[in-house]
Amino acid sequence: MLYPAPGTEGSKVGVNPTYGNFIGGKFVDPVKGEFADNPTPVTGKPFTQHAQSSEEDVELALDAAYKAAPAWGEASLAQRAAVLNKIADAVEANLEEIAIAECYDNGKAVRETLNADIPLLVDHFRYFAGAARTEEGTISEIDNDMVAYHFREPLGVVGQIIPFNFPLLMAAWKLAPALAAGNAVVLKPASPTPWSIMKLMEVIGDVVPPGVINVVTGPGAQIGKALATNKRIAKIAFTGETVTGRLIMQYAAQNIIPSTTELGGKSPNIFFADIMDADDDYLDKAIEGLVLYAFNQGEVCTCPSRALIHESIYDEFMARCLDRIAKIKQGSPLDTDTMMGAQVSTNQMDKITGYCDIAASEGAECLIGGQKAALGGDLADGYYFNPTVYKGHNKMRIFQEEIFGPVLAVTTFKDDAEASPTTPCTAWGPASGRATAPAPTAWDARSRPDASGRTATTPTRPRPRSAATRSPASAARITA
Amino acid sequence: MDPIVLDAAGAERPRLQATPEARAALAAVRAREGGQVMFVQSGGCCAGSTPMCFTDGEFLTGPGDVLLGDVDGAPFYIDSSLDQAWGRPTIVLDVRPGRPEGFSLGTVDGGHFVSLTDACLVEGAPTKGTVG
Repeated sequence: MLYPAPGTEGSKVGVNPTYGNFIGGKFVDPVKGEFADNPTPVTGKPFTQHAQSSEEDVELALDAAYKAAPAWGEASLAQRAAVLNKIADAVEANLEEIAIAECYDNGKAVRETLNADIPLLVDHFRYFAGAARTEEGTISEIDNDMVAYHFREPLGVVGQIIPFNFPLLMAAWKLAPALAAGNAVVLKPASPTPWSIMKLMEVIGDVVPPGVINVVTGPGAQIGKALATNKRIAKIAFTGETVTGRLIMQYAAQNIIPSTTELGGKSPNIFFADIMDADDDYLDKAIEGLVLYAFNQGEVCTCPSRALIHESIYDEFMARCLDRIAKIKQGSPLDTDTMMGAQVSTNQMDKITGYCDIAASEGAECLIGGQKAALGGDLADGYYFNPTVYKGHNKMRIFQEEIFGPVLAVTTFKDDAEASPTTPCTAWGPASGRATAPAPTAWDARSRPDASGRTATTPTRPRPRSAATRSPASAARITA
Repeated sequence: MDPIVLDAAGAERPRLQATPEARAALAAVRAREGGQVMFVQSGGCCAGSTPMCFTDGEFLTGPGDVLLGDVDGAPFYIDSSLDQAWGRPTIVLDVRPGRPEGFSLGTVDGGHFVSLTDACLVEGAPTKGTVG
């Protein structure tokens, strides 16, 4: 089915002409009254405006957070857990509407938001509601007369900065643990995706004490910096790219506060010869694993955008994969049949096109795709790119750099030892997958490659308890 | 500082150049900020390979960063392992429409700075620009 666009006739999702910041439980226009257009990647046209805040708005948000933090921090774990569960319930009751909003702001297929992003968001709040209840401290003996007991306490008011690729899920990954721990938050969403979080606030605003969650939108250089350098936050949490991550850590150091950063990388998937020993479900899964580079339009930090395939199986395996890639259905992201939606912005489109140019000049062979998708009609100006595969070698830039689009770089290897030296060539690498027939070969490769956080299949199913570990240059931990 | 490298034929080539559009945009940014700016090359994730633009001195560089040179006085840095992974190319500073990523300063007309490498300057490639 094709959902009507938000704000149009027949849509369940309303759109206001402008959205202010969400502060103290209410929508508040920015102090200087400036707003900016927000285009939807679906059509490339603006559909609403969001607050183009200034430093004053960050201070107002912090004021509201400071007012709310004491009572929230002193609430019992059970009370906080109950609120987190109410958040989950409220989202679940409005799942379709929120999924449509997320699709429209980010461009991803509504099929994904209905079945992955929003259900995972709901689960994340429920998980941390449970985690809050089981939180324990420690007690140890100093001597016969003295013990030391250790409770965890909330930090107080914290700052959070999130990326555009899973706007609401990234918000959940930050908000749920911070709230469970008793903190009040000021959160800045990414500039390309400032709207879906406001729809989320409309739904959960009533169940959260005012001021516990505050959302301020605006340019990173002004608002992100104003938040991250502010002396009134006890911690800064950031997910995004590496240079900004370094700056965040630097700001945190200057104020002597903790920071957590989850940064980017380029992950390899390695396909050993024995996966083609049988034409079975396992092989089908391995093919699916390769094709998952196109999941979320490639806008995933753990995107398996690099595939190393054993040369003896390359021809047949690649033929099967290309067949499957050719079947990826593109179209309006609001159509539940569409598998792959739009990239988030024109910036991203430019970058992807740029990398395709680089691929051509580096002598990579284009196996499929390599250009923008011309979907026509209402979608003509939307941000659509065809699923693309290049064959080359590991020293090419398209193998080294995170393209953040539906572009896969494939190469072959001859023996297992070769799969090791070729893979650590990138400066970063958040996750890697190894596809091999069950048992022996997978476990032998424990210490390789350099990218950490390896899984037996592909790393595209994040769950609350699974850590995304990183190589040092993209230093990250479980987001909290 | 690493302003010159030798190419395969043994000829010198500069590490850093800029298009006339980039230099004009940079001058306007300097006027708006009231001072010099700096560039730090990003290697990937959401920002692709955009050079992040900050006020000069905002971003602390260290022994792991390579100074490629400057564009009208604005220093341009790149992480040395990223530089090696890229094969130490010539980087050309240019501008494109669209808001900048992260905490990068944008141009005065709603655009952002981009890095092109030699690869993008091949004849016929849509990203080709005249190099100043």
